[in-house]
Amino acid sequence: MKKFKTILVLIVVTTVFTSCEWDNYEKPESFLKGNIVYNGEPINVSYNDVKFELWEPGWQLSYPIDVVIDQDGSYSALLFNGSYKLVFPEAQGPFRTLGSDTLDVTLNGNKSMDIEVEPYYMIRNAQISANGNNITANFKADKIITDADARDIERINLYVNKSQFVDFRTNIANAEMGGGDIADINSINLSVSVPDMSPGQNYVYARIGLKVVGREDMIFSAVQRIDL
Amino acid sequence: MKKILYILIVIVAFNWGCNDDDFLDREPTNILLDEQVWNDEALILSVVSDLYFRIPEYQSVNGWWNYADFDEAFGSNFGDYWRHKNNDWAYGKWSLWNYDYIREINLFIQKAQSDLTKDLAPEVKARFIAEGRFLRANAYFELVKRMGGVPLVLEPLEYDFSGDATFLQYPRAKESEVYDFILSELDAVIGDLPNDVNIKSRATKGLILAMKARVAIYAASIAKYGANTPEVSLSGGEVGISASLAESYYSKALTATEELISSETYSLYNKKEDLSENFASLFIDKGNNPEVIFVRDYVQSERFDGRSNTWTLVNQPWSGAEDLEGGRTNPSLNLVQSFEMLDNSFATFETNTTEGDYIYFDNPIDMFAGRDARLAGTVILPGSKFKGKDLDIWAGYLLADGSIITGDEFGQRKVLPGTETAVQVVGFDGPIDGREYSAQTGFYVRKFMDTATGSGQRGLKSDRWWVRYRLSEVYLVAAEAAFELGNADKAAGYMNMVRRRAGFTTDLTATDVTFDRIVHERKVELAFEGHQLWDLKRWRLAHIVWNGEKVDLTDKPWKADEVSTRVFGLWPYKYYEPGSPNDGKWIFRQVLPAQVTGADRFRLGNYYSFINDEIRNNNPQIVKNPNQ
Repeated sequence: MKKFKTILVLIVVTTVFTSCEWDNYEKPESFLKGNIVYNGEPINVSYNDVKFELWEPGWQLSYPIDVVIDQDGSYSALLFNGSYKLVFPEAQGPFRTLGSDTLDVTLNGNKSMDIEVEPYYMIRNAQISANGNNITANFKADKIITDADARDIERINLYVNKSQFVDFRTNIANAEMGGGDIADINSINLSVSVPDMSPGQNYVYARIGLKVVGREDMIFSAVQRIDL
Repeated sequence: MKKILYILIVIVAFNWGCNDDDFLDREPTNILLDEQVWNDEALILSVVSDLYFRIPEYQSVNGWWNYADFDEAFGSNFGDYWRHKNNDWAYGKWSLWNYDYIREINLFIQKAQSDLTKDLAPEVKARFIAEGRFLRANAYFELVKRMGGVPLVLEPLEYDFSGDATFLQYPRAKESEVYDFILSELDAVIGDLPNDVNIKSRATKGLILAMKARVAIYAASIAKYGANTPEVSLSGGEVGISASLAESYYSKALTATEELISSETYSLYNKKEDLSENFASLFIDKGNNPEVIFVRDYVQSERFDGRSNTWTLVNQPWSGAEDLEGGRTNPSLNLVQSFEMLDNSFATFETNTTEGDYIYFDNPIDMFAGRDARLAGTVILPGSKFKGKDLDIWAGYLLADGSIITGDEFGQRKVLPGTETAVQVVGFDGPIDGREYSAQTGFYVRKFMDTATGSGQRGLKSDRWWVRYRLSEVYLVAAEAAFELGNADKAAGYMNMVRRRAGFTTDLTATDVTFDRIVHERKVELAFEGHQLWDLKRWRLAHIVWNGEKVDLTDKPWKADEVSTRVFGLWPYKYYEPGSPNDGKWIFRQVLPAQVTGADRFRLGNYYSFINDEIRNNNPQIVKNPNQ
């Protein structure tokens, strides 16, 4: 009887250990990485807000893989090898896509790919500096799309935060200027004073955001660390 | 040999026994057949009751947590704090695709119209058909509010097993077509329904008019204010209504309300002298209630299956709780400060003098004196009573040096400086930050709370109803429609009807009536009645009010487009300074509950909920909603 039990235990143990080989699927191993760019310059957006979809044709039912674009305009997705169709859903991002709205992507191993888009505006020469507890910013709003699709500026903001996530949701100080109040889009000045922080720190992160009329997502300058 | 004989006998017995076909042909004992149901008025009534029972709800008395999704209330329950920590709502939130329910209504209508019911009296038959069509119109209204234009399926669809289901795939109708369909159905059935103020949980003429008013005003405001958000539309019209249609929808709304008001079937509830008591009892008085038009009714039951009303159980003040729970829905200061002063002016709660010293009150209730009577009818305030018991809402002792002595258990006792015996330092209702069931905003909810003994026990719960339509809303729709049609004078008249009942003695004049006023009046009159989300959606204010920015509490509670992304509270403290004239008096502090770490953000893609990929895979003709 005892022998029988031992044999039984042995059988169960070997089954458990060997069967793992069978029911494990292959995992996705290829990285698709890159940036959303305009003429090679990354487009900064707010986190978790702008995404594109990857569709893999050929399946009976199709579900998209959402790829979310990071603050600095970069993205990455871990995928199976295959050919995908890359689509920006309508009204995503502070830009419009160039040419056809669908991009074919063939993945065979890691791939790095920048996606060219055309933003409504670019923030150029963003200079953010601190003077005591006051943060000032100077920049140029460069109108990129000037054809029938052109849009006006709804507002511009200077956001300051303790951490590197800086936008309208996460900030400790924020200066705003309406689109109508901009005197010269080639040289816009904004300033804001940093409130007391607890626990204190002698630096902050800041960036400039620009929102166009009729588009939800803002375009930003790169996040800068400012020592106070 | 004997064996063979036995076998033969058995075979013969089986053969003869089965000869009689009737023997196998039995009436089922566990289901009723169509012929049985559709001849019997009582049985048809139970079929239609089931369809009434399944009307979809979002915020209601059995879904208290949904009130904590926005800025109306804080959810004082451990499992619901996340509602105040999140920022975005998923695009699929509020999504609904209940075509199973619509199919059953279609089957109901088909059978009610068929020969099965030929033995019923014609008016009974007509009433059942009308109720089916009302329920279907209502189901489409629930869908169009959430999803925009949806496929209009008006027949029970049957699959023919041919292997090709494309003939069952319907495209989405235009948003305006769905609204038009609902309005025309309501027009078609109104003549077959009774006009009886005492029928509350079935369709009546009054309900049809009230619903027409609500449907038309939704369509009208989407047409008018949709122009402010041109991004929220689809080229096929599945989402978005042309601005040119606004006027005709507004006049339809006004006509429906005026027909209902002038019929005088219903009147505003005015049974009690104390106007706050009167307002509170409007929602729980089930005997000859002249104002309530349509409800979802409940009975007391020990079960948790939706047949009894759990609102009182889950929201009762902790100090007087009849069971081991309560206090979950805490109205926000955002809402409380929106209630006007009785001289028609607005005021936020001043806790400090301009010099920075606290303002001292003899009683905590004095802070709320001179306000709209609806405030105390909607919210249980510190220093008031519920079920005859005094509330015990206070956050602790404030000492002269500015420090605070408080506890983290209900009614905890501690020794105050300069004394030797321990005294209670925090109320039995809280507020205690992070302590579930305590009044973490300083308030408990009053509206819909049952005052009957036992209504707060798990084994009984409440038999009070959930009010879906009432006359007061009809007045406000009339005011809004009249205002939008340029008749501010008339609008003021309808608003004053509602406001006089709330204790306002100075009427609003035509020049006082603005869009902000109308938005505000609906906010305070209809708080906790499940209107907020749909209202802010149709006015296209949701993405402005809930814009995701962490802003302080507004000091302009009269403005419709003020940002309000976080719930604030107002906590009373006792002042402790022996020998001082202020000792024992009350001060207040505005707080942001510690659980509120996120800021609500309504994205443009939230205006119409996500139609999931499975639905769109099954029916490729369904187009996606915008901005998702």
